[in-house]
Amino acid sequence: MSAPLHELGVAGLARQLQLGQVSSVELVQHLLTCVANSEQLGAFLVTDPQHSLAQATAADARRARGPVPALTGVPIAHKDIFVTRGLPSTAGSKMLAGYASPFDATVVARLGEGEGEHAPGAGMVTLGKLNCDEFAMGSDNENSAFGPVRNPWDAQRVPGGSSGGSAAAVAARLVPAATGTDTGGSIRQPASFCGVTGIKPTYGVCSRYGMIAFASSLDQAGPLARSAEDCALLLSAMGGFDPRDSTSAERPAQDYHALMLRPREEATAAQPLRGLRVGLPREFFPDALSGDVEAAVRAALAELERLGATLVDVSLPRTELSIPVYYIIAPAEASSNLSRFDGVRYGHRAAEYRDLRHMYERSRAEGFGPEVKRRIMIGTYVLSHGYYDAYYLQAQKLRRMIADDFQACFQDCDLIAGPVAPTVAWRLGEKHEDPVQAYLADIFTLPASLAGLPGMSVPAGFGHGGLPVGLQLIGNYFEEGQLLHAAHALQLATDFHLHAPAGASGA
Amino acid sequence: MLLTPEDVNRIAVLARLDLSSAEKQAMLDQLNGFFGIVERMSAVDTSGVEPLYTPLSAVQSVSLRLREDVVSERDDRELNQRSAPAVADGLYLVPKVVE
Repeated sequence: MSAPLHELGVAGLARQLQLGQVSSVELVQHLLTCVANSEQLGAFLVTDPQHSLAQATAADARRARGPVPALTGVPIAHKDIFVTRGLPSTAGSKMLAGYASPFDATVVARLGEGEGEHAPGAGMVTLGKLNCDEFAMGSDNENSAFGPVRNPWDAQRVPGGSSGGSAAAVAARLVPAATGTDTGGSIRQPASFCGVTGIKPTYGVCSRYGMIAFASSLDQAGPLARSAEDCALLLSAMGGFDPRDSTSAERPAQDYHALMLRPREEATAAQPLRGLRVGLPREFFPDALSGDVEAAVRAALAELERLGATLVDVSLPRTELSIPVYYIIAPAEASSNLSRFDGVRYGHRAAEYRDLRHMYERSRAEGFGPEVKRRIMIGTYVLSHGYYDAYYLQAQKLRRMIADDFQACFQDCDLIAGPVAPTVAWRLGEKHEDPVQAYLADIFTLPASLAGLPGMSVPAGFGHGGLPVGLQLIGNYFEEGQLLHAAHALQLATDFHLHAPAGASGA
Repeated sequence: MLLTPEDVNRIAVLARLDLSSAEKQAMLDQLNGFFGIVERMSAVDTSGVEPLYTPLSAVQSVSLRLREDVVSERDDRELNQRSAPAVADGLYLVPKVVE
């Protein structure tokens, strides 16, 4: 007997569709039932069965007519930070409740229907929009205006954030793949907390066009799925140069699946990672690292060693400083980006106000939640007259030093590895009263974000309470292929990525 | 250096946020908690270091790409104004600003 449909990942479903063993319509109907039965999880903000089934019907018809892109008809759901035609786009904020975008984000178009006649898309079917922290600001999904998301492994725990709905939906087998965005760890940390695979590519690989902006020099899109192989397929479809994003990297499109499969020169059958030098920054293994997380990460590193990799000691001396540096730069950019929400062209407008200025102030005070207001206040302050040099400029200089530290490391290693987060998923509400405690937990994901480097979270086992632990892999600029190759080798040798939380799918 | 209630008032005005007094008090405590971790950053000697405004410029020269000054979008005014709080005759409505 074959596996239930919701157990299959992107590659598996693409094969079933190609062999005609299942239709996209059947698949979408099955998953929509799973989603409807899992409302208590809070992962989905909206589905539109009619819209999804129309896309699935069209995908099946295209497939019946002739050769189609491999992912045609495979379902995906989008973090509600990507704007979509036909489904509301809210960024998890009351400010944008019910917002109807006139266009699709580039990433959404490329995975779906394409960008017009000359740029066909991958043909994936949109299953719905996923919950996230408001404007992607947070690391536990408790900052969503539309309620929290629960971790499928333990309903009393957070799924991580800000792409919490994405990670939870993929972990709970509600959808084989989801998009996410990562500004300071928002793909990697929820992937780690929910036991799924996620990759944030190099800054500039995925277009930011149609991604509701948080911090423009840091925001980057990427996929969350059940395996490195699935992520490779998705990233190939999502990425590539986009003239509509002024910071899009001008590079030819990449086949990350082929790069993932390409054997290393020194590889042997038993040791596919022979010759790969994996750097372990000593600052990523501090005393404050929880013992269960360290044990799982060390075991995964031993597995990489068994697969032929060599572990080398390296140093990222400014790891701790990345916290204040990030929490100056990201709010500064956020305060600028979010100034567009004025209750005039779109978004919430207060019902009562004295004059135009008071309308701005009331609309923003009512529309934004507490964490977003805090970051706007921090950002406004550090950019204000008299404080710019001491905070914002100093942070940008330190950002350069952090990026240089990575380049020094890459003299001695090909990849960097360590934990994604210092602990497994925390309890709902645990860090809600003290935002600084949540900021401190971002310590291992912020450095790669500041440098713009690609990073991944790969399931590496389980810690306290049977909760998932992720191994973080960081590569040099545009070395996504190397990251995916190492993660794929690990996943061929281990089965952590195949574990599913009990009874989560609602099937 | 701790922020004062006056600082919070001033920043809220700049940020165009009409905060309640309870929000301002919570904000004062939380901002001061946050700037406690920022102090470590100030102690680092960064003289002679170029700020890194966009990440790829760490390893390559990055120039701002500008597009050709030509029309690239259709006129979709109705679609674009669909989510506006108040429009009339294709115009956005705001409270009266000129007497």
